[in-house]
Amino acid sequence: MHALHQVLHAFFNPHSFTLALPDVWAGFQVNLRMMFIAEALVLVFALFVAIVRGLPGRGAKPLRVLAIAYTDFFRGTPIILVTFIVGFGLPGLQIGFISSRSFTVYGIVALTLVYTAYVSEVFRAGIESVHPSQRSAARSLGLSYAQAMRYVVVPQAVRRVIPPLLNDFVGLQKDTALVSVIGVAEAASLSQQFSTQNGDFASYVVAAVFFILITIPLARFTDHLVAEREMRERAQAF
Amino acid sequence: MTDIASRNGAGSFVEIRGVSKWFGELQVLDDIHLNVEKHEVVCLIGASGSGKSTLLRCLNMLERIETGDIVVDGQSLTTGKVNVNELRRKIGIVFQAYNLFPHMTVLQNVMLGPRKVRGLSKEQSESIAHDLLHRIGLEAKAHEYPDRLSGGQQQRVAIVRALAMEPELMLLDEITSALDPQLVSEVLQLVRGLTEVGMTMIIATHEMGFAREVASKVCFLDGGSILEEGAPEQIFTNPTQARTRSFLARVLDAEKSA
Ligand SMILES: Nc1ncnc2c1ncn2[C@@H]1O[C@H](COP(=O)(O)OP(=O)(O)OP(=O)(O)O)[C@@H](O)[C@H]1O
Ligand SMILES: [Mg+2]
Repeated sequence: MHALHQVLHAFFNPHSFTLALPDVWAGFQVNLRMMFIAEALVLVFALFVAIVRGLPGRGAKPLRVLAIAYTDFFRGTPIILVTFIVGFGLPGLQIGFISSRSFTVYGIVALTLVYTAYVSEVFRAGIESVHPSQRSAARSLGLSYAQAMRYVVVPQAVRRVIPPLLNDFVGLQKDTALVSVIGVAEAASLSQQFSTQNGDFASYVVAAVFFILITIPLARFTDHLVAEREMRERAQAF
Repeated sequence: MTDIASRNGAGSFVEIRGVSKWFGELQVLDDIHLNVEKHEVVCLIGASGSGKSTLLRCLNMLERIETGDIVVDGQSLTTGKVNVNELRRKIGIVFQAYNLFPHMTVLQNVMLGPRKVRGLSKEQSESIAHDLLHRIGLEAKAHEYPDRLSGGQQQRVAIVRALAMEPELMLLDEITSALDPQLVSEVLQLVRGLTEVGMTMIIATHEMGFAREVASKVCFLDGGSILEEGAPEQIFTNPTQARTRSFLARVLDAEKSA
């Protein structure tokens, strides 16, 4: 009984909740901004990397190798290391523009670098899943390689990969807290500050609830898309 | 009529000169020679794996040829100077399956070529597409997605999508093979219409009756080479090669028992 009471007091003190809420909410807006910017950048860059990786011909080989090296490197390196490299390394270089950004920007850069690598693999799988005859059909209409990609292959690929893509975005959203170790004042770090001052842990719970509140709808939406697709595919099978 | 043939002297509209092709170790085409004049309908028949599809794919450069040359409309495909997209504008091809773009409506499928390749306006492309769909009686389906159409309807849309490019040559690769028997005739009817307006066509087909009816020339492919070619009457009633005879006997038997 005593233990339960202690837990309730340490994590779920209503008074602390009310006190922590404004600070943590202010911090969470930083998380939101980071995730939106990073997600937009990731979508663009990841598609670019995926397309480069699929370029045909011997001439494009160096580009393909570069794209592979990029994905291998950033998928293989723990995101916390990438964050340190970017967040402490770039300022250390003392190159004007690059070295004088805020920690929030470095956090966004780290997230974008890493998730571009993940998401480009998702896009690549999507592009490869489009039946080759679709490409033949497009090319034989006289569409150029780029046009065939743009109007026929990529639109189909993107539709197919939306569920795994959203899964990666759930990860990205949570990792906004991780990349903030370099000193971004966002929900997790502000709740830690608050916790130290206040002597309990209610602020962590508040921050957790914020994250959960935005990932749950995304997860359910993903489930919905998957279920819908399965139904459509089953309908087509008959 | 100023045909390519008369302009270029000896040249036919399509000249296939000693074409061979390998996939790795496997030789799929073996020294193919074939001339196709404007308004001719050539049917390619032959067993599965004899190289019909590969030959058609070589004609619009979906496959590269290793030796020999193909000349279309006076232009050699092997010089390296050929503009692939220009060439493909002249050549429509319809495949056995997976033809239409599933993320586009029927209308958008037909409009895509005119709009993006011919560079016509949206209005012009749309009117071309509507007109073609009207002609095949599918205007009501213009705004449906392909998966809502029957196989026969899809294949007819695929044909008019190619026609929307106003091609000078149509390549049809077993366009009825994936269809239920009762859907075959509506597609063949459309092709028949094309022969009546003088479309130049090369048709790979298993429909022997149809080949006999529309072909000006029938080529029997066997193991990657044209073993026998001639007028349909001759090929179907009086083939000179034993292998042609046995192939036809097999196919006609299968048709009877089906
Ligand atoms: N991309 C490829 N890679 C390797 N081999 C191939 C490829 N495409 C076709 N082949 C082979 O080439 C040969 C000829 O195939 P092709 O599709 O041209 O025959 P076909 O006459 O069209 O047969 P079908 O009547 O079954 O359509 C076959 O042995 C086939 O397995
Ligand atoms: Mg074939």
